[in-house]
Amino acid sequence: MIELLQNLIMDYTLRTVAMGSGILGIVSGALGSFAVLRKQSLLGDAVSHAALPGIALAFLLTGSKASPVLVVGAALAGWLGTFLILSITRTTRIKNDSALGLILSVFFGFGLVLLTFIQRQPYANKAGLDKFLFGQAAALLESDVLTMLVLGSIVLLLVIIFWKEFKILSFDPDFTASLGFPVQLLDILITSLLVIAIVVGLQTVGVVLMSAMVVAPAAAARQWTDRLGAMVFLSSLFGALAGVGGAVISSMTPRLPTGPTIVLCISALVLFSILLAPNRGLLWRWAAEQRNRRKLQIEAVLSDLYILARQHQGTEHGHPIEVLRTMSIGHGGVDRSLKELKTRGWVEQKADGNWVLTACGMEQAIQISDRGETSA
Amino acid sequence: MTSAQFEIQLIAVVVAIACALPGVFLVLRRMAMMSDAISHSILLGIVLAFFLTRDLTSPFLVIAATLSGVLTVSLVELLNRTRLVREDTAIGLIFPVLFSIGVILISRYSGDIHLDTDSVLLGELAFAPFDRFIIFSRDFGPRALYLMGGIMFINIVLIIMFYKELKVATFDAGLAMALGFSPALIHYGLMSMVSITAVGAFDAVGSILVVALMIGPPASVYLLTDRLSLLLILSSLLGAAGSIMGYWVAHLLDASIAGSISSMIGLIFLAVYLFAPDRGLIAIARRRRRQRIEFALEMLLVHLFNHEGLPEAAIECHIANLPEHLYWELQFAQRVIRSGEKGNLLLNREEILFLTSTGRERAQKSILA
Repeated sequence: MIELLQNLIMDYTLRTVAMGSGILGIVSGALGSFAVLRKQSLLGDAVSHAALPGIALAFLLTGSKASPVLVVGAALAGWLGTFLILSITRTTRIKNDSALGLILSVFFGFGLVLLTFIQRQPYANKAGLDKFLFGQAAALLESDVLTMLVLGSIVLLLVIIFWKEFKILSFDPDFTASLGFPVQLLDILITSLLVIAIVVGLQTVGVVLMSAMVVAPAAAARQWTDRLGAMVFLSSLFGALAGVGGAVISSMTPRLPTGPTIVLCISALVLFSILLAPNRGLLWRWAAEQRNRRKLQIEAVLSDLYILARQHQGTEHGHPIEVLRTMSIGHGGVDRSLKELKTRGWVEQKADGNWVLTACGMEQAIQISDRGETSA
Repeated sequence: MTSAQFEIQLIAVVVAIACALPGVFLVLRRMAMMSDAISHSILLGIVLAFFLTRDLTSPFLVIAATLSGVLTVSLVELLNRTRLVREDTAIGLIFPVLFSIGVILISRYSGDIHLDTDSVLLGELAFAPFDRFIIFSRDFGPRALYLMGGIMFINIVLIIMFYKELKVATFDAGLAMALGFSPALIHYGLMSMVSITAVGAFDAVGSILVVALMIGPPASVYLLTDRLSLLLILSSLLGAAGSIMGYWVAHLLDASIAGSISSMIGLIFLAVYLFAPDRGLIAIARRRRRQRIEFALEMLLVHLFNHEGLPEAAIECHIANLPEHLYWELQFAQRVIRSGEKGNLLLNREEILFLTSTGRERAQKSILA
């Protein structure tokens, strides 16, 4: 553990990769929250693919492989792709999903043409561009991380400045418009921030897996809270944890690529949240269902005994467990229910083994049957 | 044109048709992004089957990959059914996981094979003719052609056989259920079709081109026609045309064929998006303009009708006063007047406007309406 911490601080590669992945997680986690709430989960997928031709064109035009130059190209192309998707869905009857798939594949295909074109030019090699395709966290330089840090800070700062506007826009765009906010401008702003957040992460996890970094932290965070502030914070935290965790794990294991490892880490967090988050988590839901079922089973036995008592005029007459079992066909658990009722003192077992309601149980049973009648 | 060039184009056309057919239903059923998810997650199936068989040409690979495509669909469904996340979020969560596992398996255990993520994602059509289908040392042509030809044939047969069911289930899910077609069966059947097609196409053209060919042509044709049968036929034709054009552009630029075909599909879509007769951007803009003039003309007719024969008519119906009275630009007013004269609805006598009898009728009608 101490060795690991030492490595995190001393080892240049690990430090750079971990910092880069952490920044990526924080930024995409924050912006991803808005994307998921605004039903744009898959926009990240499209934007990250659409960024490819921008990267290639930026290189073709400037001849530079410096990451700020490529990031600008990627952002412009990603932004153009997003704009096209939105305008196709707005002006035609083509639905959002088709527009996403179309722009994603066409832009990516065009990027591929440019990449292969560059590769066959005598003066250039595209070695540095490939890392955007699949992500090469290990190739991150300190200058890359600096670019990510600057861009990420700007993005987060803007989110804080426009917090109120983004919040209302995410939940009720019509209301936002009626209050006089420039909805279209805000829409463009928040989408642009998402594009930047995605582009920032491309170098680390690559085009294909970047979409997971947008969706997953937000989906995990959503399970824990209903408040936007808490969700954005948790989402960033999850993103950062997965980023740093994935970077560390992949650095300790030979031949374990960083991008996919980060994605598996964040997906594990999603699974954990979906199962265990309080209130919404599947396990809690299951436990609540079990509790409810037990309660209904117990009440069923109690009212069965009550029915029998009424039929036999009085509570002295005992009833064998077999009768109760027959009456409870379909919901079962008679033995356990009787035991529970006995500890509550609502039923008692006579000397001959038959069951009978106590006075207290009688009262309860009448209450239950009254409740049933009024609600029916 | 060499025989290799011919073979490449033939494969591309077959792939395009095989993809466009299920693609039509994906676009109509709003599940286009499922093709993206499936085409990525089949990597896992291919990798796992490869580790078991150690043979990249084994038919077992196709089966395993198809299964992993169906697995993706069911996992998305499962996640969706918890109602903890929306469907698009579920898609975005599931396929990166399967893809990541595939990538990790490849980089950890596949030191010596030529299975890498590049070839899955990007594909290289130019190599397809080198992989021959050889029986008893006789050469029957490229293997990919047979594989994709078979898949195309299966897709065509299935769609013809279940045309009615698919049609009803796509356009009216409620009616389909009432008629006793199982929505789940149709959903999974279609998804299996998408998976098999994606698997067959992956090593020839890569997963991104699969998405382009499945979504691009149907989305374009969707702006041209309302008939399902025409959608299927025209999508296949557009896909095939894009493939051939894309091949030659790639040939000229010496660039990736798959990428070039995707770009061509994009250009075709752009052309349709702009020029489609009814639903294209230009048609929409022209219709808007025409409607604006039509509405304004009606307003003008009513205006003239209201002041007809009254003392103020000479002022109210003078062209120079229209901008002030109707809040119009003079230029726009003149366009409206021209269109009214052309329709024989009004007359212009020395800059004062008069209604014709048809114009008067029209004005009365719009007041009553």
